[in-house]
Amino acid sequence: MSMKTSTRQVDGVTIVDCSGRITLGEGSVVLRDAVRDLLSKGQKKILLNLGEVTYIDSSGIGELVSAFTTVRNQGGELKLLNLTKKVHDLLQITKLYTVFDVKDDETAAIKAFK
Amino acid sequence: MTEQRVSLTLDSTLETVDSAEQAANRIATEAGFGDDEIMQISMAVREAAVNAVLHGNAYDPEKKVKLEFENNGKELVITIRDQGKGLDPAKIPDPLAPENLLKTSGRGIFLIRSFMDEVQIQPSHTGTEIKLIKHVPGTSGAGKEASQ
Repeated sequence: MSMKTSTRQVDGVTIVDCSGRITLGEGSVVLRDAVRDLLSKGQKKILLNLGEVTYIDSSGIGELVSAFTTVRNQGGELKLLNLTKKVHDLLQITKLYTVFDVKDDETAAIKAFK
Repeated sequence: MTEQRVSLTLDSTLETVDSAEQAANRIATEAGFGDDEIMQISMAVREAAVNAVLHGNAYDPEKKVKLEFENNGKELVITIRDQGKGLDPAKIPDPLAPENLLKTSGRGIFLIRSFMDEVQIQPSHTGTEIKLIKHVPGTSGAGKEASQ
């Protein structure tokens, strides 16, 4: 299953619902393009909903890091929502879990944006 | 447990990475590993295949990736060889070091080592061979995960 994204706006926050695999190649490019597109439109409060992401490899992890730093460098915020156990475990062992702001409740996540 | 050996010779393409992962998933399932271990093995093989295709063979259509699975009943031994310049494991930065945490690459070998029971990397000027070993469940060597 390839990576797909769709976006929606809630209280000034752009929620990117991601599904499929974030892996080397198409999956990573889809995520990169989605974040770049939002930033180009001035949408800098981004909540990545990873609840339907079934698989992520080291390239996908790198893409999440890239998205996080790119948004932050432009004065925005990027948070992660609804990690699956697989993604959660990967972020734990790579010590990235505490780098990202990870949420498991959409309403609380939206309120957490400045 | 039936002993099994599977050998594949693959092109240096992204499709090879997916093929390697799918083969690992199938063979690990047949070997009797649990869901978590199957995911770990298939991801380790995927990461090794990525290294072989990208960093080893650099997508060179003349160069191949050789993949071998051997289940001897006690261990699943997976060997991945490329025809690149040779990867020096000593030069791989620690992805957990604070200065490397926000790097966008460099986690593949770390994940492989995290997921497999043994990892042997043998670089040479004709390419890199990486051997991934996972103890088969129910054998004397198994149980690394259970103790974590």
